[in-house]
Amino acid sequence: MLKMTHLSKVYRTEVVETYALRDFNIDVKEGEFVAVTGPSGSGKTTFLTIAGLLETFTGGTYHLDGIEVSQLDDNARSKIRNEKIGFIFQAFNLIPDLNVFDNVEVPLRYRGMKAPERKQRIMDALERVGLASRAKHYPAELSGGQQQRVAIARALAGSPRLLLADEPTGNLDTQMARGVMELLEEIHREGATIVMVTHDPELAARAQRNVHIIDGQVVDLAEDPRFHAHVVEARQGKVAAE
Amino acid sequence: MFAYYFELALRSLKRSRGLTLLMVLAIGFGVAASMTTYSVFRAVSGDPIPWKSSKLFVPQIDMWGPTGRSPDGEPPNAMDYADAMALMRAHRATYQSALYRISPSVVPADASKHPINVGGHAVYSEFFPMVDMPFKYGNGWTAEDDTQRSAVVVISGKLNDKLFGGENSIGRTINIEGKDYRVVGVTGDWNPQPRYYDISNTGGFNSGSEDVFIPFQRAIAVSMPNDGNTNCNEVPAEPGFVGLQHSSCVWMSFLVQLDDAAAVQAYRQFLDGYAKDQQLAGRFGWAPNNRLRDIPAWLDNQHVVPSDTKVSLLVALGLLVVCLVNTAGLLLAKFLRRSSEIGVRRALGARRSEIYAQFLTEAGMVGAAGGVLGLLLTGVGVASVGWVLPRDIASLARLDLSLLAITLAVAIVATVLAGLYPTFRASRVQPAWQLKSN
Repeated sequence: MLKMTHLSKVYRTEVVETYALRDFNIDVKEGEFVAVTGPSGSGKTTFLTIAGLLETFTGGTYHLDGIEVSQLDDNARSKIRNEKIGFIFQAFNLIPDLNVFDNVEVPLRYRGMKAPERKQRIMDALERVGLASRAKHYPAELSGGQQQRVAIARALAGSPRLLLADEPTGNLDTQMARGVMELLEEIHREGATIVMVTHDPELAARAQRNVHIIDGQVVDLAEDPRFHAHVVEARQGKVAAE
Repeated sequence: MFAYYFELALRSLKRSRGLTLLMVLAIGFGVAASMTTYSVFRAVSGDPIPWKSSKLFVPQIDMWGPTGRSPDGEPPNAMDYADAMALMRAHRATYQSALYRISPSVVPADASKHPINVGGHAVYSEFFPMVDMPFKYGNGWTAEDDTQRSAVVVISGKLNDKLFGGENSIGRTINIEGKDYRVVGVTGDWNPQPRYYDISNTGGFNSGSEDVFIPFQRAIAVSMPNDGNTNCNEVPAEPGFVGLQHSSCVWMSFLVQLDDAAAVQAYRQFLDGYAKDQQLAGRFGWAPNNRLRDIPAWLDNQHVVPSDTKVSLLVALGLLVVCLVNTAGLLLAKFLRRSSEIGVRRALGARRSEIYAQFLTEAGMVGAAGGVLGLLLTGVGVASVGWVLPRDIASLARLDLSLLAITLAVAIVATVLAGLYPTFRASRVQPAWQLKSN
């Protein structure tokens, strides 16, 4: 589903070259729920923006759903973002001028979908996240957890092949975070492929697999003993709870 | 998608009402100032007879020689009696007419009413087909009437309303300067601006109407005085109207119709031949220095479009540019404030062209609103343009359908142009950075 091989991302200025990702390799299979972890500045978000075709990369190859994306032009990248990828951001990124219904509608509009089908998909997605009754509300009228659910509904409405989540619970309190996480797990159980970036070991522990990044490279989790210990602890807690 | 962009633009404009109002005001005032002055400029610089102006020519003969020429070597812009009559006798064009301005009194049949002072021209019969004169009743007079110096008259529809209550007055008589004239034609709606056929006597623009036309030779025979300009390079040897005819003073206009390039060429040769003959006869002590210009070239040569009108238009267009630059600044601020929305839309699959379309629609709507305000202000401007420009010129300004359409189009197109750079910047927003920064 998502395969990066020897991928690099370099930011160049006149005097320095900074590697955000270096010889980066990852292979996410269809239906997997992968947590990408790592300390601040390790390159997690850069990985996610490249994975989401929001940014180009400097070297290596990236296949998304079988398509090699490095040669695609801006329009083709937009089309893939629209049809194959659903984004869930830490800051929700809802458009404040639009109500819940219209926010969820945005990606469907760019797909050129007819109004009746749009409406059906929007209402289905809102039902899915339990917010069908709030369709006419504006983002400012919702709690943080509800806003993130709207963002998830927006990501789901287009039936994407891949969900990319960037610290999806980072702006939420514990209770709301738990609700959002349970929703993601439910979506995964229904067959979605999810790649979630987080620095929270507890969240990482709930994913099927962890990919740990340090200094722009994928490393064995054991190379970050403290984080590893947290994850192991969290996994044990999860097993005990189950 | 346009309906979607329209809806988004409406929401966005409603959300920042103050900014929207500022932009609409800037566009409205800029467009209104430009359109008001443009309405005047259009009226004074338009082709008064577009369907045939390239076939109508004004000949000039250098009857004064080097001392009487303008600094750029131009001969006088009017004709003396002797040369005008020589050209009429030669009859080398499809149509030709010497003409001069008259201002006789018309005495109503009802003795209790005061005489009416009217404006008009003494012309030849060929003048009417040459200028495509529209007739409400009757027609022009005949060539025979020219030679017979018949007491016939063509009057305007307005004068016909005044004297005959608008009835068909063909065959009836009116009293001009104490003599009866038989009405042979009543003109329809005819008020060409500028008055291309007699620039030297009208200055191009004249709010007075053309109420009467009488045969040229008749006017000369009854010594109907010239009401236009008379310019002399020497004092006439004899006094009075007859003295004027025998002098080299210039006081009449001359118009010819030449239907093709060959005719134009032949007429030039004729003019040069005529001047050469005059030189051989000892009347002209200089080589031929004639001119023959069609109406557009003639109007340009005579600087018919007043320079203050041009200056006003330039100033107003400058104001529009200033308003547009301001609008572009406001749009830039408005659009870039929505960088995060643009980033989200791009992330969710919007192509750059779709961001362009969304934001240009918004700019276009500001332009349309500015255009509507501009229309209202242009109406006010056109009505009050007389305060700043001469009355004759100002009265030409009209707010017609075409001006309404142009105003709206200028407002929308100009605002969309002003929105191009802000939209370009908006479309270049990097979604990755926008989303990372959140």
